[in-house]
Amino acid sequence: MLSVLRTIWEVFLHAFRKRVTIQFPEEKPRLPPRYRGRIILSRDPDGGERCVACYLCAVACPVDCIALQATEDSTGRRYPEFFRINFSRCIFCGFCEEACPTYAIQLIPDFYMSEYKRQNLVYEKEDLLISGPGKYEGYNYWKVAGVKIGGKDKGEAEREAPPVDLQSLLP
Amino acid sequence: MATIYIDNKPYDADPSRNLLDVCLSLGFRLPYFCWHPALGSVGACRQCAVKQFKDEQDTQGKLVMACMTPAAEGTRISIDDPDAVEFRRNIIQGLMMNHPHDCPVCDEGGECHLQDMTVMTGHDYRRYRFDKRTFRNQYLGPFVNHEMNRCIQCYRCVRFYRDYAGGRDLDCFALRDIVYFGRREDGVLESEFSGNLVEVCPTGVFTDATLKQHYTRKWDLEFAPSICAHCSLGCNTSPGARYGTLRRIVNRYHSEINGYFLCDRGRYGYEFVNSPLRIRDVTWQGGVIDGAAGVERLSTLLAAGKVIGIGSPRASLEANFLLREAVGAANFFAGMADDELRLVRRILEIMQSGMASVPSLRDIELSDAVFVVGEDVSNTAPRMALSLRQSVRQQPIRSIEKLRIPVWNDNAVRDAVQSAKGPFYIASPYPTRLDGIATEVCRAAPDDIARLAFEVAEASDENSPAGRIAAALRNAQRPLVVSGTGLNNAAIVEAAARAAQALGAALSYVLPEVNSAGLAMMGGGTLAEAMEAVRGGAAETVIVLENDLYRRAPAEAVDALFRSARHVVALDHLTNGTTARADLVLPAATFAESAGTFVNNEGRAQRFFQVFIPHGEIQESRRWLRDAMLAAGRIEAEALDRLDGVIGALGRALPRFARVHEAAPPAAFRLVGKKVPREPHRYSGRTAMLANITVSEPKPPEDPDSALAFSMEGYSGQPPPPLIPFFWAPGWNSIQSLNRFQEEIAGPLRGGESGVRLLVPNGAGQQQAGVPPAFQPRNGERLLVPVYHVFGSEELSREAPAVASLAPGPYLALSPEDAKALGEDTAEVSIGGKTHRLPVLVISGLPEGVAGVPAGIPPFTGLSLPAWGKFSRMP
Amino acid sequence: MNGLYQLAVVFGVLVVALTIAAGLIWLERRLLALWQDRYGPNRVGPFGLFQVLADMIKIFTKEDWTAPFADKATFILAPAIIVVTVLLSFAVVPFAPGIVVADLDIGLLFFLGMSSLGVYSVVLAGWSSDNKYSLLGGMRAAAQMLSYEVFMGLSLMGVVVLAGSFSLTAIVEAQRNLWFVVPQFLGFLLFMIAGIAETRRLPFDLPEAESELIAGYHAEYSGMKFGMFFVGEYLGIILISSMITVLFFGGWLGPVLPGIVWFLIKVFFFIAFFILLRAALPRPRFDQLMSWGWKVMLPLTLANVLVTGALVLAFA
Repeated sequence: MLSVLRTIWEVFLHAFRKRVTIQFPEEKPRLPPRYRGRIILSRDPDGGERCVACYLCAVACPVDCIALQATEDSTGRRYPEFFRINFSRCIFCGFCEEACPTYAIQLIPDFYMSEYKRQNLVYEKEDLLISGPGKYEGYNYWKVAGVKIGGKDKGEAEREAPPVDLQSLLP
Repeated sequence: MATIYIDNKPYDADPSRNLLDVCLSLGFRLPYFCWHPALGSVGACRQCAVKQFKDEQDTQGKLVMACMTPAAEGTRISIDDPDAVEFRRNIIQGLMMNHPHDCPVCDEGGECHLQDMTVMTGHDYRRYRFDKRTFRNQYLGPFVNHEMNRCIQCYRCVRFYRDYAGGRDLDCFALRDIVYFGRREDGVLESEFSGNLVEVCPTGVFTDATLKQHYTRKWDLEFAPSICAHCSLGCNTSPGARYGTLRRIVNRYHSEINGYFLCDRGRYGYEFVNSPLRIRDVTWQGGVIDGAAGVERLSTLLAAGKVIGIGSPRASLEANFLLREAVGAANFFAGMADDELRLVRRILEIMQSGMASVPSLRDIELSDAVFVVGEDVSNTAPRMALSLRQSVRQQPIRSIEKLRIPVWNDNAVRDAVQSAKGPFYIASPYPTRLDGIATEVCRAAPDDIARLAFEVAEASDENSPAGRIAAALRNAQRPLVVSGTGLNNAAIVEAAARAAQALGAALSYVLPEVNSAGLAMMGGGTLAEAMEAVRGGAAETVIVLENDLYRRAPAEAVDALFRSARHVVALDHLTNGTTARADLVLPAATFAESAGTFVNNEGRAQRFFQVFIPHGEIQESRRWLRDAMLAAGRIEAEALDRLDGVIGALGRALPRFARVHEAAPPAAFRLVGKKVPREPHRYSGRTAMLANITVSEPKPPEDPDSALAFSMEGYSGQPPPPLIPFFWAPGWNSIQSLNRFQEEIAGPLRGGESGVRLLVPNGAGQQQAGVPPAFQPRNGERLLVPVYHVFGSEELSREAPAVASLAPGPYLALSPEDAKALGEDTAEVSIGGKTHRLPVLVISGLPEGVAGVPAGIPPFTGLSLPAWGKFSRMP
Repeated sequence: MNGLYQLAVVFGVLVVALTIAAGLIWLERRLLALWQDRYGPNRVGPFGLFQVLADMIKIFTKEDWTAPFADKATFILAPAIIVVTVLLSFAVVPFAPGIVVADLDIGLLFFLGMSSLGVYSVVLAGWSSDNKYSLLGGMRAAAQMLSYEVFMGLSLMGVVVLAGSFSLTAIVEAQRNLWFVVPQFLGFLLFMIAGIAETRRLPFDLPEAESELIAGYHAEYSGMKFGMFFVGEYLGIILISSMITVLFFGGWLGPVLPGIVWFLIKVFFFIAFFILLRAALPRPRFDQLMSWGWKVMLPLTLANVLVTGALVLAFA
């Protein structure tokens, strides 16, 4: 019973403490560079789009706010025809970044995307693509995948033997 | 029934099956690769290892392959034994050693049996640090994409392609760990069943090449149970759509009909739905008007009277019925060529007469002696050809019974059988793909084929060809006669029935189109009568339902019909000759955008459901007609709004359709108060897919016509078979999840098979046409028989780009003798008063006096074939 | 003239009670923030005061959705009952000399009666929603309010004995020399606890415990129907604070300042105290609440009545 009274008193004393709230638009918080706000799409070290349109981010998204369509260039390299994220639905959970097998999706410290029109929160691929590789500088998915694309023939990926010669009968 | 013990618990098992089969039937999770329910066991992949014990005291046990061990009485096995678990994990680790890091860009990802099995066995980390083996891929045609790096050497592809489907051009090459599955050189796969490789391959070596062009993962597709619209067999399919376009078709198991496989026309013909030829706007005399105005125009025409309606064998029962209601039964005409209509009606009569039993495709597969009378089954009903291919194995398998090899032990059975084949007879005017398995092939003109079949019915002399056929069928346990409308010959139809009746054989007819049977059952006048009605002034407006009349009658006759009609209304999917001539064109929904019922060649009514909501003004034909009836003040149309209402009215108006409603549960059907979702529960992008248009999400569309919902929410268990939109089970993302939906492996789906047979034999059969006179070749003329092409002869699928790329152009097929006599690469031939110059195609084996032209391929559409073709210079 | 005055008082009480109730939306959030080292709503208007307006616009324009499975009539009736019963109770509250809608002889009984009727609102809301969480919330409310009502009434008997009247004006007048909180300190504590339970305020908000019952009896409510529950709860706080003031703290009595000002000062003090309780105390388990009510509070109340009665008899 006394503890209840003490609790009430202690809580009351909080009225005289310093406020912890940061008055956001006027006062900006300092965010570490790896702070995980909204997503961007990064590029390979060679400048190509990293996104291979595998749909894993879309399926991982708990609010289903990512939609895309895969397509291929003439050499078989897959990329998204469109990649759309509806930030007015996004809950900034970061599952898409975790699901992304190619490090294409990365989170950046930008989170204050206030708009008067919700429509302006719909971002397309052009709005998301950055020009560099982001946090993962050397990684190139296509260098470890087995499919052939322009500039990388069969057997030219990392840890790949040259294509089998089917005519050979050597044991 | 035998009792077997799995992890010390007793279970009932069928001793004629193997342990893998039994374990999967009982719901155990046992991984496998090389075994396939339709292909049997070969024990190649070593993945289904379990531990077998001698008796209760045995604690040591030994590892056996479940797929190679019979479920004999008293068998004791353990699935969870640590040795077996470890063994299975090691096996998959080995299989995964060279598997590339492709999943994100692999089309199989998300419905990959290899992924499922890897997860199931718990292999989650790659320890192999050396270089991976790589292969070069091959171009295998417009249907199948090849990515050989992913292969795990399970051999299923060649076993299906060569052993099951009879293909010759896919094989395995090289040796040891570099075994290669492909063709000798790049090229289009020859078999019309190559698309099944996509489903048979447990991983992404063979993937759907048409899907690749608009790739979507399985979890993102919205599905609905559907019926293939490209031939009369009514195979069950599961089309998938995304963003308002159809993306692909996969097989939907039906134990009586298509089983595990589809033909390539059924699988790849779907692309016509996305064709640029699609009609998406209502047009009035060439100008686009909106939907309401279209309904207004149609209602004005209906109200003005003097309207006739021409139905269609490729439209649903419901659409045809609505047209019949709108114009009145007396003004309804079946939209088939006249001779074809007579033929189909006669076939239905024969089927109903009880002269012979009507087999399902499953029955055909189990037949042990077959006589194919004048039908090129591979090209007119390809899935039936695949079943027929299995029938030749029945007698040889029975003959090795004494060796006591279980039927599922595929390699042993094939070794014992060698190349022995059961009796299989073909009578056809030109070579067919089934000739390779035939005991004897008879090449003859259509009338002679009919004479042969009549002869078979009477034959007693075992030395004549007819006598041999009769004897083979008479000695068989499950004899079968197959015929059809392919040669458009009434005598053949009659003769086949006579032969089947005389020999006690089952009798299956191939019909021309998906709903030919349904339309013929509905009645209605002939096209000639329709033309007469218009010419005589009894009718001024012609409504053509989902039909291109230029494929039904000669162009001059159709032109005349359109000229004398005041107004022509066409409801159709694709722009064609008829829609080009119509004043009012209403965009009609295809099979994938509508719900309805088709009646297949065995008289089975099957329901198909709407897969997705199309763009534009497209509506189901029956809704256009119903809206116009309402607008014309016909209040009885109010009850025809929903599908169930239409089906009810159909049953009342035409009692022979009274049982159509049993084909699937009604729209009010609910499971635990919920509808069945069309979308998998992992469906993505709901809140983003339309966000570029407006960020406010629209309400999901309602479906008043079915118990399916355009949603990922709803009943999460297994719906009854007619309502299964797609196969998925926890831990089984690939099509192999089907195991979980069957009562037992390769048996019927849980809840019974779907579809209802409308034809009840009533014993009212009577002989009609007599034996025709023998065929007489003419000088300077050849009888042009229709040569069917699986890709190209069918109207809708030929608008699918992949199918179209394999469709032949017009040609003239001549026997080598005729070609030699002609001595030129092209020939001039006049058919029905029109002269064509055509490239010559030499087909050896054409009987004397017979030549061929491709069926259903312009300019031979609308021609009544066979027809006499006159040559300017030909002996 | 008298009738007109009477009308003015009625409207005055209505307007003031409802305005304060609306103002509490803001006040509660600001005070909670104050005790939690935050600011609370401080953006809309001066000190964030217009937050009240913003919230009202929001609640009035929200989709007023009735669940298709709900019992329509009851579902709509339930939120109205709570507001009506609480507002009716205000009729007997003497805010200052002459500022009372109806100075009934049995004012206290009327207040108790009305507060008993309030439980119907919650029970009916829970039942008509046809939702298991709502129903559980409604059942909890019924049990809780019935239990605490018993000693809420009894805890006031000491005050009645001392004042010798059920008329609230008479009770206030009886405190000219000494606020009843001094002789009836136990009665005050019991009444305050019962009052919190009756208004279903934290920490006794078990009928709507969002962590277990996802808002309980008003889970299915939205728009202004939900707003009615909201307003009803704030009106309840004001009412209980007013009653404490009237019954134990001498109502409008006080030096220098006019009576109505004193009354409001005291009322706001208790409102603030209620909010402090919300900021400070966790919610008990339901069984703790019930056994506390029947096993501790009820005997204490009875003892209080007994001792007060005995002392009054002895000294009168």
